[in-house]
Amino acid sequence: MAHSNNPLDLNGTSFDPDQYLRKVLTEEALPDLIEHEIEMQQQIKSLDSDMQTLVYENYNKFITATDTIRQMKQDFGEMEQEMEKLASNMAAINQFSAKVNSSLAPNRTRIRNLSETHSILKRLQFLYELPARLKKCLDDENYRPAVLAYCKVRSVLESYRHLTAFQQIDKDCLQIMDTLKKALYQKFRRKSTTTRELAECIELFTMLQEPAEILCQEFLAHAEIRLLDDLQMLDEQLALWIDASTREQAADIRTFVDMGSNGFLSNVCLVVASYNDMFVCRVETNVHEEEQNEVAKRKLTGFVSNLMERYFSSAKQRILLETVMSSTCEIYVRALDRFSRRLQAIDRLITETDYSRVGFRMVQEAAALRCKLYLQHLNSQFQRTLTEAREMIAVKPTAIDVNQKLLLACVQKIHAKLMERVKGAQADLKAFVQPDVMFASNQTFHEHFCKVDVRENMVVAHFNDMLTICEELCQHGVDKTAGSTLLLLVLSRHCLDMNQSSMNYVMTLTREQFATNERNVHGVPPVLLQRAKDTAQKLVNHFVYQEGLSISQMIRKSVETRDWLNTTEPRNVRAVMKRVVEELTATDAQVGQLFEEGTRKEAGSSSSRRTRPSVAKSVSRSAKWTNYSPVDTSLLSNIQKLFSERIEIFGNVDFSKVSILTGVIKIGLKTLLECVRLRTFGKFGLQQLQVDAYYLQQYLWRFVSDENLVTILLEEIVSSAAQRCLEPVLMEQSVVEAICDRG
Amino acid sequence: MDEDIPVIYGIDFQARCLVAQAAETDAIRFLIGTQSLKHENQVQLIDFDEDTNVIFRTVYLHSSGEIWNLSSCPFDAQLLATCYNEVSEDKSKLSSRASLWRLPESSSTERPPSDEPQNPVTIPKLEKLLDFREADNTDVVGVIFEPVSSRNQILTLKLNGLTLWDIDSALPSLNVKANIPVEGKGHIRVVGAKWSPHHSNSVIGVCTETSVRGIDLRDNKISFTIDNPHGYMTRQLDFNQNKPYDVATCGDDCTVKLWDTRNTSSSLRVLADHSHWVWCVKYNPFHDQLILSSSSDSRVILASIASLSSEPIVHSLEDEPGSQDPKEILPDGVINTYEEHEDSVYALDWSAADPWTFASLSYDGRLVINRVPRSVKYKILL
Repeated sequence: MAHSNNPLDLNGTSFDPDQYLRKVLTEEALPDLIEHEIEMQQQIKSLDSDMQTLVYENYNKFITATDTIRQMKQDFGEMEQEMEKLASNMAAINQFSAKVNSSLAPNRTRIRNLSETHSILKRLQFLYELPARLKKCLDDENYRPAVLAYCKVRSVLESYRHLTAFQQIDKDCLQIMDTLKKALYQKFRRKSTTTRELAECIELFTMLQEPAEILCQEFLAHAEIRLLDDLQMLDEQLALWIDASTREQAADIRTFVDMGSNGFLSNVCLVVASYNDMFVCRVETNVHEEEQNEVAKRKLTGFVSNLMERYFSSAKQRILLETVMSSTCEIYVRALDRFSRRLQAIDRLITETDYSRVGFRMVQEAAALRCKLYLQHLNSQFQRTLTEAREMIAVKPTAIDVNQKLLLACVQKIHAKLMERVKGAQADLKAFVQPDVMFASNQTFHEHFCKVDVRENMVVAHFNDMLTICEELCQHGVDKTAGSTLLLLVLSRHCLDMNQSSMNYVMTLTREQFATNERNVHGVPPVLLQRAKDTAQKLVNHFVYQEGLSISQMIRKSVETRDWLNTTEPRNVRAVMKRVVEELTATDAQVGQLFEEGTRKEAGSSSSRRTRPSVAKSVSRSAKWTNYSPVDTSLLSNIQKLFSERIEIFGNVDFSKVSILTGVIKIGLKTLLECVRLRTFGKFGLQQLQVDAYYLQQYLWRFVSDENLVTILLEEIVSSAAQRCLEPVLMEQSVVEAICDRG
Repeated sequence: MDEDIPVIYGIDFQARCLVAQAAETDAIRFLIGTQSLKHENQVQLIDFDEDTNVIFRTVYLHSSGEIWNLSSCPFDAQLLATCYNEVSEDKSKLSSRASLWRLPESSSTERPPSDEPQNPVTIPKLEKLLDFREADNTDVVGVIFEPVSSRNQILTLKLNGLTLWDIDSALPSLNVKANIPVEGKGHIRVVGAKWSPHHSNSVIGVCTETSVRGIDLRDNKISFTIDNPHGYMTRQLDFNQNKPYDVATCGDDCTVKLWDTRNTSSSLRVLADHSHWVWCVKYNPFHDQLILSSSSDSRVILASIASLSSEPIVHSLEDEPGSQDPKEILPDGVINTYEEHEDSVYALDWSAADPWTFASLSYDGRLVINRVPRSVKYKILL
């Protein structure tokens, strides 16, 4: 309830009746007052009655409480009596219990004695029954209970052996146990015994306190027989494989490795594990045993390493015999993986050994070998491609326009084959670095395999071998290229492509496929790039050489077989010159398929096409022949030589059409010059040559980079011929032109 | 004065023939035969003075025709033989003839200064001793003297064989002793021959266009054959004077090849240093480590083939005790390329008198005399 300090509030604490009265009297009218008063009186009455009721109720409760207390007082008195009675009873019980206890005591000791005697008797009985029981066990070949039983009594027997009663038993037992041991040894040595049974035997022997050393030996000897069997099986498989005639019967590499792993290696593991259980891992209690342990361990290690050596040698032979043909890379890698995984298991068992390292080395070797095999494979494929290319080119349609793109197609084909085989090999070899292959996760292996085996020994080596094969084609005098000088051209383009892009591409591919951590070794080795370029150069040079020779042959024959003294007045260009031009045109088209046009020297192009004033001049000079010293007659050409560079005939050419053609033409013209110098000409002979030279001049300029070169050489030819002429009279230039235009 | 500077001399005519005067062992002398269809041809005797590096020239007229081949008698300095073209009267026919000549004695004592042009009238003529002319008048393309005058024999080359002559130079008289055909598959043309100085002068090396063969004069049988050593055309061969079975060939594949005649299936060495046909190859007659070649690329190349030389590479024990240094071995390979010529060099020869001097002749008539570089010389000598 709200405690208002309002003095006018009837229920408030600070109610002021006077104030309230005053307020009521002043504020309300009479009837209201009367009503107010009645209301007040009613309230007062109701309050009074409420108060009365409360007082009555409380009084009643008080009365009841008083009654209850009085009742309780009475009850407690009774309880006290009962308790007293209980205490007296308990005392009586105590008394009786002590009495019973004292009367039972003597019987108890007797019973204890009796039960002891009983157990001793039982044991004695066991002892007496022992020989029979042992015998029975022995007959049943149930050795374990026998041994257990014997072990139980052994100490007793040993301590009471001096008693006659026991002597006999002891003797019998020993005898039986001897037989038992023998039986056990027999079982031990039996070939068919499983390793598990062996382990049991050993356990029994140990219980019988047989010397561990002998046991070791026996155990290992037994194990050896079985393991050698396994090895023998492997060797048989190996022999089957080596002999080509029986190879089909031999297991493939994966089966072979499985055979080794599941047969030999698991058995070794089993042997080692049980050996460890039996001889090594026993609790080492004293120095002596520790020593024994060491001996046992050494024995085991020696034993295992002997066998492993044989296993490795078989496995190695088999693994390294595997070729690209006999198994795919994947199977091979699976086999190797399994092989090395198994070895790790052995290592875990025998801590002193490191067979997985040996295995790892073998895997490395196998990987390297595989790469080498692939290299051979790649090389032979390249040879095949070459043969195909040769055939492709040899089918040479007569019309030039038919084989328009033949050479280009050939280059593309060679390129495609290169990519195909390199990619194929890499895809196969990728198996070696699959993440699920265990040895691939070894950093050393991975690095070495990617960097040395694949990159250096396969990819780079393949490039090198390809280049070597190409270079061999360039050897002078070797007629390997007979009829396929075009192959030289094709290969030159190919080498150039390799230098410019293919090598880089392949190396990038290799890097992507076989990523290593080292960063600085990935590009194409500059030596290789250079070599590719050099080879391309050699090939194109050789092409020029061969092409030049065939032109030279035509020219040489034509000059040597003709009687230049008695020739008639020239009416035509000689057919051979036309053939030379035809041949050059064909070559031009072929080279054009593969190489760019190249640059020409622009100087004096228009003049030389029309006429050759310079030649005419020099010839007219040489025609005079009046002065004493004939050297002057070739003065002009000498001066020309002074100012022009020495013409290299069989020099390097550039990788461009004009340069290649220039090379061929140079060779041909130089031959013409040398041949002319060996002949003596009559008047018409000289004139015929003049016609021929003009004809050549007209047609050759379009092929070469520097027209001056052709001009100089042709001038030299004509002036040489003039010097070798008995009657050096040149033809009128107009007549020469007329003849050439006609023909 | 630097000995290595080449001496260049113009002989005024085009020429293809140059040989050392073989019997002259005191002075460095070479013989040159000129080629001219318009003028009297000449044989020029070149005398090179080592000390002053001056060339003296004595000119002799060779009026018979242009000289295609020239050989100098190895036992009489005054004797020489030439092959020359004879043009018929109507200028319609050429025939190749050979003659034996003697140099006239008189002019050799007083030489005119070399650069003064000689008056054609005063030029002495060669004294013709003999014509090598067979009954059927076949063309003769070469004359070869026996290296030592033991049997008075001389050999001439025909296009299809050899003719062996008995010669009596005192009378003088000449008799055909034997005709030795050179046969083979297809068209055979003899281009040159050399008389082997070994095997008591019984073997002739004959070079045809496509093969090189040795012919034993005792029974006219072939003692060795090298088939197609240079692809299309073989130009020249030379015997090593100091190693009985070694022979060098050169030809149109731009290479010089060295062979052992006992096994000609493959060459001992290929020297591919020229850039055009190789026309001439010559072993140094004294030090067969050195070999010269000339080519129509206008170059002369002096190369070392020390590893194939007759001199042992390992120095013998005869070393004077003072010199402790092992002999510096001359490496194989090109020693020097001589670029003084500007036209094809068809002929070269070592001097018969000085083992370190050689001459080369290009078609434009330029004669160049060079010496082996001193460093090489010392390497060989010391």
